[in-house]
Amino acid sequence: MEFLKQPWPWYVAGPLIGLVVPALLLAGNKSFGISSSLKHICAMCLPANIAFFKHDWKKETWNLFFVAGIVIGGFIAARFLNGQHPVNISPQTAASLKQQGVKDFSGLLPGDIFNFQQLLTLRGFIFIVVGGFLVGFGTRYAGGCTSGHSIMGIASLQWPSLVATCCFMAGGFIMTWLILPYFIKL
Amino acid sequence: MMRNLKYLTIGLLFGIILVKSEVISWFRIQEMFRLQAFNMYGIIGSAIVVGAICILIIKRFQLKTISGEAIIIPKKEFHWGNVYGGLIFGLGWAITGACPGPLFAQIGSGFLITIVTLISAIAGTWVYGLLRDKLHH
Repeated sequence: MEFLKQPWPWYVAGPLIGLVVPALLLAGNKSFGISSSLKHICAMCLPANIAFFKHDWKKETWNLFFVAGIVIGGFIAARFLNGQHPVNISPQTAASLKQQGVKDFSGLLPGDIFNFQQLLTLRGFIFIVVGGFLVGFGTRYAGGCTSGHSIMGIASLQWPSLVATCCFMAGGFIMTWLILPYFIKL
Repeated sequence: MMRNLKYLTIGLLFGIILVKSEVISWFRIQEMFRLQAFNMYGIIGSAIVVGAICILIIKRFQLKTISGEAIIIPKKEFHWGNVYGGLIFGLGWAITGACPGPLFAQIGSGFLITIVTLISAIAGTWVYGLLRDKLHH
């Protein structure tokens, strides 16, 4: 139990995440992927006669159960397994973020950026609303996210997923190195 | 409903792993994109290796699902959306510090502000659906 309450190292967490791939295949021929759930939510809530949302989402309800499980798992980890704590990040990252203007290092997210008051500022709007929009738009345009392309796609040796993953990383580097410092300063 | 409970359970375990490995942390994603820690690369890399080995075993021994169906992994066809969409998602990932899985796990672990990020991501997906025919693929 003590082990469960510590942060889990990469060589425990990574292989466990890898096991989700065969678990879903064996459970019912499902390919690991999260971002499709956003598409099914659109089809369920606001299809608006758009062809892309006319797929039979009722056949894909497994995906919605899967993401609901993730929410519950997040709750259990935070509530019972000591999941909420400062993150022991590299000193260089902490120093450069401090210098760029991040103040709150007490949780998993910087509380001075991600909170409801900040939502009404330009900075908060960019981090919360614009960021979320790019994630939803980009993953669907790319046909998958970190789980569907980077893990499931590459693990099943599909080169388009490797291309997509390289582009995920390139987009992340461009944002982090060239643009994000200006957003943090806002 | 009962049929879907197994996916709920796998999701639940996955959610716990995402929180306990700190993958849902904005700071960890920053470390990754700043190339200042191996942690995230180790997690994603070892997940790919274990996933690949399991898929090889499934194919080699022609394992079936628990209900006896043959296992099929759909082929992904390349389109330019993999590139443009990938770049756009990457830009967003570095801002929010969360890809779609961690968005759900953050909400569960009590970051209610992430509900707004998730709604915005759903809106992004919806706008993609609206503009799909006009975008280069």
